[in-house]
Amino acid sequence: MFGIHDIWIILAYVLCILSAILCVVYGIVNWNKGADLEPNELAEESDWSKNESEIEDKL
Amino acid sequence: MLGSIIAIIVYLFVVTFLGYLGFKHTKTSADYLVGGRQIHPMIMALSYGATFISTSAIVGFGGAAGTLGMGLLWLTVLNILFGIFIAFVVFGKRTRRMGHNLDAHTFPELLGNRFNSKFIQGFAGVVIFLFMPIYTAAVLKGGADFIQTHFGISYEVSLLFFAAVVAVYVWMGGMKGVMYTDAFQGAIMFIGMAFLIIFVYNKLGGVSSAHEQLTELYNKPEIQEQTAGLIKGGFRGWTSMPASGSPIWWSLVTTIVMGVGIGVLAQPPLVVRFMTVKSNRELNRAVVSGGVFILMMTGVAFVVGSLSNVLFFNETGKVAILAAGGNDKIIPMFIKQFVPSWFGVIFFLALIAAAMSTLSSQFHSMGTAVGRDVYEKALGKKGNSIFITRTGILLAILLSVILAYLANKLDSSMQIIATGTALFFGLCAASFLPGYIAALYVKKISTKAVIIGMITGFVIGVIWIFFIHEKEASSLQLCMALFNKTSIVKDTAMAKLALVDPIVVALPASAIVTFIGALTTKNTLSENHLDKCFKGI
Repeated sequence: MFGIHDIWIILAYVLCILSAILCVVYGIVNWNKGADLEPNELAEESDWSKNESEIEDKL
Repeated sequence: MLGSIIAIIVYLFVVTFLGYLGFKHTKTSADYLVGGRQIHPMIMALSYGATFISTSAIVGFGGAAGTLGMGLLWLTVLNILFGIFIAFVVFGKRTRRMGHNLDAHTFPELLGNRFNSKFIQGFAGVVIFLFMPIYTAAVLKGGADFIQTHFGISYEVSLLFFAAVVAVYVWMGGMKGVMYTDAFQGAIMFIGMAFLIIFVYNKLGGVSSAHEQLTELYNKPEIQEQTAGLIKGGFRGWTSMPASGSPIWWSLVTTIVMGVGIGVLAQPPLVVRFMTVKSNRELNRAVVSGGVFILMMTGVAFVVGSLSNVLFFNETGKVAILAAGGNDKIIPMFIKQFVPSWFGVIFFLALIAAAMSTLSSQFHSMGTAVGRDVYEKALGKKGNSIFITRTGILLAILLSVILAYLANKLDSSMQIIATGTALFFGLCAASFLPGYIAALYVKKISTKAVIIGMITGFVIGVIWIFFIHEKEASSLQLCMALFNKTSIVKDTAMAKLALVDPIVVALPASAIVTFIGALTTKNTLSENHLDKCFKGI
């Protein structure tokens, strides 16, 4: 298969592509899920981002 | 050469301009939030990829595939399944939520705040600061090897030139995660690798024909002669796995595939990446691009690295490692000799971009490890943290350059870049992975259990690296200085252990000790604290 005779290499070659396809399918199925944040999460995230900017300024 | 220099100047100009644009748009935390939500998924996608992949993966591991063959594709499988799918879907969402609940900004801080332990934060900070320069040196060596071959100048001059470009980049603010800059680098890398795989398969008459030629190459008498040393070690051709249990099999399976494939889960820059995304939706979307990007980077590098043997043989009568003059020179020499020169310039930029985006996240990790995790939190000091952080980064750059310089003195037939990278990834997995999983999933585990697990993994990992695993112990030379042999188990009944990578022993040991600790010690963290950690999870 594909000019390769060792089953373990064929398996790796195929699994590389299949696992990338798995990622694509999972991502597309869940493309718009998980976007909504609770109001308290928004505030928390805003504080977190502010602290992150301060840390980056030290770098 | 002029074309390459002009390309670098244009590249640095674009990176600076994009960095400036990014900052202009994100002046306040509210802007940051809004900005993040409006970013196109493709921009987000490319920026993730750029920070994951470096010259280490393309030059170092691509070169390893040139020597050891397509068995390296198992690393691509693990990179996609563990490094993308499990990391983002299983760990990413909890890490992001818990990081925000605990106001954690670094990996050590996440663990330290979760277990309410300054020791954990300080210990993790010290491990990262002391050992990450080995990985940084591997990335620098990958860039310097390419520059050396591309311009035909000495390794030392190439390294200095590359270090100077890195210093300018860091000075321009390259460590501050600017999405557009990373996305630009990711786009260059993607185009470069996409062209490369099409070019190589086309040149060798298609996918099956290319692989068939590589399979047949191994059967030629002159090739058997050239690879006699490798064959003795268990090598059976570039389209076959090495003989089970042979030295090359242990090296490929335990060091390269497992060390890096599993080690990626406990990588500090990746954990920080999870915390900087705006919502779980971004993590879901990043799985799409991450999977495709890793396939296009590592998959292409490993296939092209292996196939380079056919082209090198047809041109020079030698296999890749001999024709290129060393494992880490295979990809740079292949690009120089076989692809059109205009593409050489694009590929050169792709590699510089890959190195820059990864180096910037490494310096970010090392700077925050010393300034925030150790100085501010573990030692409880205030006042000079900017000075400490910047001095730490400067030291990390100097140490990495020195290590990259010394690495070139090692035996060039070794997979130096891949081994250096695997060493750091393996040590991170052994020290942090059981504790990290426990932090996210085992609410009632005690702080003591996590501490003893971390220390066990780290101590066994370091002893194994310096005194038992011959590949690393012989390069580090401490074992030779103290015991006058390259591994303390050499010439003993346990000599086989010298082939086994530290991750195979240190990670299970760390996991078992953490588990026993969890059963025998009592959680002392308050319910309030645990509720805060797991809020919304």
